Amino acid sequence: MAEPMNITEKILARACGQESVHAGDFVNARLDLALANDITAPLAIKEFEAAGMTRVWDPEKVVLVCDHFVPNKDIKSAEQAKLVREFARRQGLTNFFDVGRMGIEHVILPEKGLVVPGDVVIGADSHTCTYGALGAFATGVGSTDLAAGMATGEVWLRVPETIRFNYEGEPGRYVTGKDYILYTIGLTGVDGALYEAMEFGGSAIRSLSMDGRFTMCNMAIEAGGKNGIIEPDATTEEYCRGRALREPVMKKSDEGASYSRVIEIDVSSIEPQVAKPHLPSNTVPAVELSELKIDQVVIGSCTNGRIEDLRMAAEVLKGRKVHPDVRTIVFPGSQLVYKQAMKEGLVDIFIDAEVAVSTPTCGPCLGGHMGILAAGERCVSTTNRNFVGRMGHTESEVYLAGPYVAAATAIAGTVAVPEEVLA
Amino acid sequence: MIFEGTAHKYGRDVDTDVIIPARYLNTHDPDELAANCMEDIDKDFVDRVQPGDIIVAEENFGCGSSREQAPVAIKAAGISCVVAASFARIFYRNAINIGLPILVCPEAAGDVQGGDRLRADLDEGEVTNLTRDKVYQADRFPDFMQEIVAAGGLMAHVKKRTQGGGENA
Repeated sequence: MAEPMNITEKILARACGQESVHAGDFVNARLDLALANDITAPLAIKEFEAAGMTRVWDPEKVVLVCDHFVPNKDIKSAEQAKLVREFARRQGLTNFFDVGRMGIEHVILPEKGLVVPGDVVIGADSHTCTYGALGAFATGVGSTDLAAGMATGEVWLRVPETIRFNYEGEPGRYVTGKDYILYTIGLTGVDGALYEAMEFGGSAIRSLSMDGRFTMCNMAIEAGGKNGIIEPDATTEEYCRGRALREPVMKKSDEGASYSRVIEIDVSSIEPQVAKPHLPSNTVPAVELSELKIDQVVIGSCTNGRIEDLRMAAEVLKGRKVHPDVRTIVFPGSQLVYKQAMKEGLVDIFIDAEVAVSTPTCGPCLGGHMGILAAGERCVSTTNRNFVGRMGHTESEVYLAGPYVAAATAIAGTVAVPEEVLA
Repeated sequence: MIFEGTAHKYGRDVDTDVIIPARYLNTHDPDELAANCMEDIDKDFVDRVQPGDIIVAEENFGCGSSREQAPVAIKAAGISCVVAASFARIFYRNAINIGLPILVCPEAAGDVQGGDRLRADLDEGEVTNLTRDKVYQADRFPDFMQEIVAAGGLMAHVKKRTQGGGENA
């Protein structure tokens, strides 16, 4: 009988056809999906073709999404997108998502049932770790790893050690998955989970929605993690019902599985968080920044661009207007999210509040377009990074937060929590 | 493999946004990327760097985005090797995959000053500070990773493996 394994080890063991694997083993894992976007696919395609490769290993399993610099922001970006589009056509890829059909990659892949529990997914985008929320092994790689994956349908991996995080207690009214993960990264630092899997569990995770779970796993990379992962349960099954395109494989961590560390977190002591410039680990309670004037608020991204995130923002913005000195932009993460938001009246709430509502795009998150900052400007954003120059000028600042804090801030004009503006 | 050059020294958490800002990711041309390498952390880098030079940094070098354009820019700018106290994991793989030599060496990271003349020996896993007359021990990486770098990168390695059968041979 195989020795106890945690969920990451189990998934990788299955993917390389072995009874069991241990942290430190090097394995060749069979891929369920290989993903890239409009800024990482061009290099991957170039490497793939330069090596003389002619066909991808499986045209149903290579997913290409144009989401970063789209709708194309300039001629060079249009040329990169064209390269990707033509490759997708040549290869007959089933899953190529272009303007009008796309959304942010890490929102649409789960939404469309393309990733299922038990999968091994590599993506040429560091936030590929998002899919760990489904109980899959998903990790970010560079373009060349992606090219090799497209050619062979495999990836070499070192099985990581796992840090287990147990979240217990009841969260405050406006405390979300984003606050859980910001708080966690504040504890670990930006390399505290370097090369390790981050396994999130405990009763507070069991009570967390899928949207909240995606948010948490999305930011595992910001602690240096190889992957973030949450054991699938009834919530996961419910999400997959009628959606998953393939049969889910539900794995759980065994009693007695090994972890490098176990960290207990009491969520009832977590306040809404803000990560100050210029590291995602530079976290403080939002209430400590109440004097700070803000120029722009961004609500969206692969971290917080799902319907629940938009509902949170709308809950705060309903019947109110944003501060006249603040530019507020909402980015629904997919066409489905956008439609759902319209149906629920959220888009009316946003527009009535004097908020700009955009088509799905990564946009300003990485300093691409649709909300770039000038020198001296500050943005509160539901995105995932705040390094120097991330959203524009090197002298601009990005403060990371969840949708409740972002929406309250938009109204107040200074960093705020909902209680301050809903009074 | 042995490299010799001037050290360009940085602190910890040098992220891939400062190595190659997103405003330059609308290209994948190595020379265009090289022209903007390290711009948001050290805008004079591109004027100072000479072929063969060595970047030395503290912990968590290359953290953040998976953009392979980051090691591509560094390599195309003429850097022969990056020595750091530790590397972020995606950058580590990317560097190996594109054939940019890297060495994990906390000793060097703690001691080297910008402008020092260094020699890096990948086979021995050693960095010599020619200016200060010191030798630092680095970690050797696993044999198969050395094979990848020696083959000129991951795709050359993959090509060797797939030759002999299959559509991609």
